[in-house]
Amino acid sequence: MPGSVQSIERAAAILRLLARGSGRLGVGEISTSLGLAKGTTHGILKTLQDVGFVEQDKASGKYQLGATLLHLGTSYLDVNELRSRAINWADALASRSGEAVRIGTPLDGKVLVVHHVFRPDDSLQTLDTGTLLPVHATALGKVLLAYDSGVAAELAGATLEQYTRRTLVTPAALRKAVAEVRETGWAGEAEEFAAGQASIAAPIRGYGGYVVGAISIAGSVDRLYPSAGRVDQSLVTFVQNASRAISRDLGAGRW
Amino acid sequence: MVARYVMSVDQGTTSTRCILFDHGGRLVSVTQREHRQRYPKPGWVEHDATEIWRNLEHMAPEALSRAGVDASQVVALGIANQRETTVLWDRHTGNPVGRAVVWQDTRTDELVEEFAGQPGAELVLERSGLPLATYFSAPRLRWLLDHTPGLYERAERGDVLFGTMESWLVWNLTGGVDGGVHVTDVTNASRTLLMNIETLRWDKDLLEFFGIPAAMLPEIRSNAELYGTATKAVPGVRISAALGDQQAALFGQTCFAQGEAKCTYGTGSFLLLNTGTVPVRSSHGLLTTVGYRIGDEPAVYALEGSIAVTGSLVQWFRDSLGLITTAPEIETLARTVEDNGGCYIVPAFSGLFAPHWRADARGIIVGLTSYITKGHLARAVLEATGWQTREVVDAMNADSGLELSTLKVDGGMTADNLLMQFIADVLPAPVVRPMVAETVSLGAAYAAGLAVGYWPDLEGLRRNWHRAAQWLPSMDAERRESEYANWKRAVERTFGWVRPNHTA
Ligand SMILES: Nc1ncnc2c1ncn2[C@@H]1O[C@H](COP(=O)(O)OP(=O)(O)O)[C@@H](O)[C@H]1O
Repeated sequence: MPGSVQSIERAAAILRLLARGSGRLGVGEISTSLGLAKGTTHGILKTLQDVGFVEQDKASGKYQLGATLLHLGTSYLDVNELRSRAINWADALASRSGEAVRIGTPLDGKVLVVHHVFRPDDSLQTLDTGTLLPVHATALGKVLLAYDSGVAAELAGATLEQYTRRTLVTPAALRKAVAEVRETGWAGEAEEFAAGQASIAAPIRGYGGYVVGAISIAGSVDRLYPSAGRVDQSLVTFVQNASRAISRDLGAGRW
Repeated sequence: MVARYVMSVDQGTTSTRCILFDHGGRLVSVTQREHRQRYPKPGWVEHDATEIWRNLEHMAPEALSRAGVDASQVVALGIANQRETTVLWDRHTGNPVGRAVVWQDTRTDELVEEFAGQPGAELVLERSGLPLATYFSAPRLRWLLDHTPGLYERAERGDVLFGTMESWLVWNLTGGVDGGVHVTDVTNASRTLLMNIETLRWDKDLLEFFGIPAAMLPEIRSNAELYGTATKAVPGVRISAALGDQQAALFGQTCFAQGEAKCTYGTGSFLLLNTGTVPVRSSHGLLTTVGYRIGDEPAVYALEGSIAVTGSLVQWFRDSLGLITTAPEIETLARTVEDNGGCYIVPAFSGLFAPHWRADARGIIVGLTSYITKGHLARAVLEATGWQTREVVDAMNADSGLELSTLKVDGGMTADNLLMQFIADVLPAPVVRPMVAETVSLGAAYAAGLAVGYWPDLEGLRRNWHRAAQWLPSMDAERRESEYANWKRAVERTFGWVRPNHTA
């Protein structure tokens, strides 16, 4: 079969074997069944484990199919479904925080706004559902960068457009910001996209804990970062509470 | 100071929701359970009233624990409910007599026709403000009395009680067989065909016309006053409001001024217009109904346009055709195409409601060509809701002599952006969604909170209302008119499909 990659064929064979078997299998059993050298089998298993397609039982050292693989077909969440499921919590977040709320999902290296709730001051505002936002200059985008490897991959090598003098335009600066997001569980941005504006976001997790999107509040930098550029911690808590409530409703479990 | 909350129960057609609201009218916790829809025969729709009560018994404490709130922090409980659904139960055992007959049920088709031919039939519209139709409770109640041996006698003795869902839940919450309070409210009572729309009391002549024993009827109370204190589910909590779900939504949307209107998009859709303290009679197929009554203040009336099938068409598309797996996916599917491709769906599943009121209509899909894909069908499903809204708004404008300036919307379908834009396009008028989409629950909470002084007055409630989203018309007028004309032609083709007593 010209053009086929041998190691992928072998990986597929291992996955089929694990799927067929009633329980867990050891490296020896797998290599014997497939007629592979033990070292080769071990190498492939190690890679499959890294991507979450197989798991190794700590006690017995045996292998089984991983949760990532099991959810591969079901982790997809329709964006309109996401809006329906999140709408109540997004409303509550807007009324608690007094700011506009957006929910974003990744699309071709950008953030697609799938839901938008007006700032509750009854001023004239326009729905921007369906618009695309830059990943590197928004809190929504930084959350997606931090938790969605696909987004990070799509951004690699792209030039980071400078929107304000605070926009993070070097890969190093962005990497640092993203590492912080992973550590704290939320992302912030003060005047990195538009002068006078700021945003705060947290991840929305779907079934099994996968990040399916992010929820943010956005508004005047004076309100979100009131004292000497320091974030209003109570707003961060509101955003995180909303993201957790939505994640729970989506079946994310312990998040 | 300990935070205080109001609990609201939305007993809907497909599920029951229990929600805690704080003083800002903000949602604090939600629990929800679906109950089984039973279709024992074509046209029959039933619920198990006991299942619904058990669901509430589980959910109310759960809503408290999710928010980390104690029952003593709940100042009041209000109920909003699916209207016209008829429940009968035994006062002594607390058991329902048979299943609850749901508002969508059309088993009373022939009975209603019989009633229409009887002397005194004109009294129904005159006194109750409603046309004689299968949609309302009285024919259902009579049907049950006719078809259950011995029931009439038990009802006459007051051993069997009648109620809509709020009566059933209040009775159970306040103790059931141990001193349960048997009440209903003016809005639910106004949907039975048995209440006089002017006096807000059971009408003796209507009771006689339908042959309903007065002993089985609940006492009619206002929407916001103390009915009793719960001894079950949330012991100690005061029960101080009940409203039909659509009136609750009108209240939750703070449509307190004459001329304000809202439309709730759920299983069916319901457009209500506040007409002030005098009932306005419709000559365009709308219903005259009670909007709300606070304590002993004068009642506020509403004109209502009821559309039987909107969200349930999406459900049908999902469950019966299997073209989508969740309701919101209809938008995703609809967006795969630019327009309806010339296809229209008129969902007259059990006849058409406002403004046509044609029981002999049945649903159709027209304009099918080999070009039509499931994407076009998805569009046609959503557009059916838009056009049905337009027809009702036209009728409202004609009856009230006003032009609707803005439509406040709520309900599950408002999460659908494509649909909301389409409605704005076809009216044409701005469509506005408030910050709390759960206006049915919010309305019940508001009424309950008002009754116990948690909120001081209507103005205070108005300040809680904020715009969460707005859709502005953008379709060009010519296209709108030609599409509307097509829709109307499609509607005409549904008329007269069912031939009464026709044996093939
Ligand atoms: N995104 C959506 N697009 C279209 N229809 C929807 C969407 N989400 C929910 N629905 C429909 O809305 C209805 C549920 O709304 P809800 O307000 O909960 O109704 P009810 O209170 O009558 O049960 C269902 O009939 C469902 O098909």
